[in-house]
Amino acid sequence: MSKLLEVENLNVHIHTQHGIVQAVRGVSFSLEKGETLAIVGESGSGKSITVKGVMGLLPTNGKIAEGSVHLEGRDLAALSEHEMQKIRGCDISMIFQDPMTSLNPTMTVGKQIMEVLHEHRSDLTKEQLKEKAIEQIRLVGLSNPETRFSQYPHQLSGGMRQRVVIAIALACSPKVLIADEPTTALDVTIQAQILDLMKDLQGKIDTSIIIITHNLGVVANIANRVAVMYGGKLVETGSVRDLFYRTAHPYTKGLLASIPKLHEDDQQLFSIPGTPPDLMDPPKGCPFAARCPHTMKVCQEFMPEYTQLSDTHRAACWLLDSRAQQDDAKDGEDHD
Amino acid sequence: MAQKMEIPQKLFVKAVVDKDEREHIARPNLTAFQDGWLRLRKNKAAVVSLAILVVIILLAIFGPIFSKYTFYDTDYAHTYNGPSAAHLFGTDQFGRDQWARIWQGTRISLLIAVAAAFIDLFIGVTFGAVSALFGGRVDAVMQRIIEILVGIPQLIIVILLMMVMPAGIWTIVVALSITGWVNMARLVRAQILKLKNQEFVLAARVLGTGNREIILKHLIPNTVGVIVINAMFTIPSAIFTEAFLSFIGIGLAEPQASLGVLINNGYQVLQNFPFLLIFPAVVIVLIMVCFSILGDGLRDALDPRMRQ
Amino acid sequence: MFKYICKRIVYLLITLLIIVTTTFFLMKKLPGTPFDAERFSLLSAAQQAQFLEKYGLNDPVIVQYGKYIGNVFRGDFGTSFFYTGQPVSGVILGRIGPSALIGLQAILIGLSIGLILGIIAAWRHNSGIDYFTMVVAVLGVSVPNFVAAALLQYYVGLKWGVLPVAFWQSWKSSVLPSIALSFGVTAMIARFMRTEMLDVLEQDYIITARAKGLNQFKVLMRHAVRNSIIPVVTILGPIVVNLLTGSLAVENIYSIPGIGSLFVDSIKTNDYSTIMGITIFYSAFYIFVVMVVDILYSVIDPRIRLASGGKGE
Repeated sequence: MSKLLEVENLNVHIHTQHGIVQAVRGVSFSLEKGETLAIVGESGSGKSITVKGVMGLLPTNGKIAEGSVHLEGRDLAALSEHEMQKIRGCDISMIFQDPMTSLNPTMTVGKQIMEVLHEHRSDLTKEQLKEKAIEQIRLVGLSNPETRFSQYPHQLSGGMRQRVVIAIALACSPKVLIADEPTTALDVTIQAQILDLMKDLQGKIDTSIIIITHNLGVVANIANRVAVMYGGKLVETGSVRDLFYRTAHPYTKGLLASIPKLHEDDQQLFSIPGTPPDLMDPPKGCPFAARCPHTMKVCQEFMPEYTQLSDTHRAACWLLDSRAQQDDAKDGEDHD
Repeated sequence: MAQKMEIPQKLFVKAVVDKDEREHIARPNLTAFQDGWLRLRKNKAAVVSLAILVVIILLAIFGPIFSKYTFYDTDYAHTYNGPSAAHLFGTDQFGRDQWARIWQGTRISLLIAVAAAFIDLFIGVTFGAVSALFGGRVDAVMQRIIEILVGIPQLIIVILLMMVMPAGIWTIVVALSITGWVNMARLVRAQILKLKNQEFVLAARVLGTGNREIILKHLIPNTVGVIVINAMFTIPSAIFTEAFLSFIGIGLAEPQASLGVLINNGYQVLQNFPFLLIFPAVVIVLIMVCFSILGDGLRDALDPRMRQ
Repeated sequence: MFKYICKRIVYLLITLLIIVTTTFFLMKKLPGTPFDAERFSLLSAAQQAQFLEKYGLNDPVIVQYGKYIGNVFRGDFGTSFFYTGQPVSGVILGRIGPSALIGLQAILIGLSIGLILGIIAAWRHNSGIDYFTMVVAVLGVSVPNFVAAALLQYYVGLKWGVLPVAFWQSWKSSVLPSIALSFGVTAMIARFMRTEMLDVLEQDYIITARAKGLNQFKVLMRHAVRNSIIPVVTILGPIVVNLLTGSLAVENIYSIPGIGSLFVDSIKTNDYSTIMGITIFYSAFYIFVVMVVDILYSVIDPRIRLASGGKGE
């Protein structure tokens, strides 16, 4: 299979007045044509910054310190802002978390869709642009596309606005669609609709999706592969089956355990104790060491290497090292 | 894999993790105002402005006391003296010491401005907040009142009042306050209306937060920026209005000194004795510049959205 | 929209009525009659009585008020006490030209420089041009316009002799006063625009616009400027009133035959009818500007609904 997008050793630094936050620390992953990769992690784990780095949309105080982002062989991290503008919205587009604020309140829905088309499809006439925009509105399942075209965002509900955001993102049939928590701000019933819409459109326009979420339900619903992020690093990547049934990293286990289960009588919800590390001064060992139930001395001193568990599955944890005491590793397994 | 070999086997044993360390919060927990103060201190321009203002205020309070001249004593032997050791800022057409007159004038101008600003702030914030929060008919009625008041150009009402009431400092304060609060009320209302429709206020309401709480915890902190900027506009604008009135000859009168009176006197003789205009003009400009910069600094410091 | 404008005009009239009433009774509380001036004391007692009778100043206040209101609605502001025999409306109209020219020029200068500075300063936040804009903004509001006017007159006019110093002879006479008046406008607009732009540039929809692949200029003009220009529109009202009042001092300094200097003169001569006439004129003009600004506001920001008074859903 051809690698569509390949991110290698991505490091992003955010310069704040208190110091440099190492928000992303050596993240590598790849995306294949037509697949959906979910990046999972809690708030502040660096997942949002990672994709913003890929898009070249880091805040002005953010910089890619190291690493490369190859889209079909071109390194996006090395492109000039001008060249990147041609790629954004055309080859890669992005959907944001909050549809209430991610649309320009003073521009009609139609104009906002036409804008992105106009930018990348200079071959179309004004009428064709309008036609295409209306078609796009219809495609994302909004009724009365002609009426919607001339409406303002505040006249639409949250779910409808997110459909508009998707319409904008997919208007140019991008190769990669990045969705940054696209359902978090939405009503539960709407969430499922939006995910279905994304899956449906993915088939229609043949795009690959990177979806950021902290909801493992969303992962199970939409993703082929999952990357779990913690403390600015990817701690485990694998297929959805790998992650759910052959969980290797204690953090992933913790995440899975914290999903409420209907069929169990146990009323107590599991939670991972503690808070994520401060990335201004990241721990030199495993970022999860302070919260891990199986922490070893080595975890506090050395960053674990990736252990390849299968063709698709790898994790960064010392427990997977051959030198780790077997009973400890077993102990971890028992929790599952 | 070479690195792997260097790690000694003995490290692969269970470690003791300090439970407190897990909940460790790296950055100190500051209240909004502590944080604001820290930010203000980092803003050099604001700190310098604050220092200059403190110096000016101290001079306005103590300057006349430490001068051997009073602001009203005339000395016809020394009229229109340039700045000298005896008279730091020179003397005017009656031989009065400009140093004493300028600080007396600054004292009067500052007093008027601060008093007017406080009254504006109090009335304006209350009025604007009530109008925006109650909405509906209350808002409509209050808006009409505001529309009527803003319909009258402030200076005209001030001038009319100055003509009706006995001349003096408090007349100017009252005249400035009667129309001055309107702008504050409008800005506060607009800001609260904007906030009222935002999700976090709606969220608080849904969570059963009372009106009082919403106003104190959500609306006021997010309105502080607007209030501070406007208050910091009010003080220089009051100083300006006072100076303006005195300049066109309907404010304070001789021998009383205010910055406006001094500038007016200086303007009359600008061609021959420019220092009589320049010194009071520099003081008034300094005061207004410093209030503006400090206002901006405060805005940046207190605006909760700026916290990181 | 039409209904809304009609409603606003009704409010405008009510406001004006209240202003006329307040002004009238405040004027009546003023010490003395307009004939206190030196001229008047030269007249005999009989002539004085005749004058008072002629201008209806012997009637009870309420009768005078009724008459005045009636006249105002017929467009008659009475006759000026000072410019004997001339109708006030005529005196004011004759003075509009110079004031309007100076005011418009000041607004044009202020708007163009202020907007450009504000936009660039926010876009290049913390750059040299940002600091320059802040200095301009701070100085512009901090140097009183009469001080600026006096210094401009002294240096540019007298010392360099580039432009006319005073009086109303040609268009050149309007340049210095316009510049003196424009400082405040430039500063207010630059400052507000910068603040608003900085705020808007942090919004999510700006990232959306960037994610579309728009270049910085388009992001700035189509998304940031349009959304941040709204609050600038709201300060146009206060700006106009600042200009009106600012012109009082500036017109005096440059001896310009405008409404501002007429107003100051009529205050000094207790010319009631002219003071009231100008008060009504200024107020009507200002309320009209505020109304136009509100309508403009709704055009720029579709979220603001005129009829519901800004209530959201």
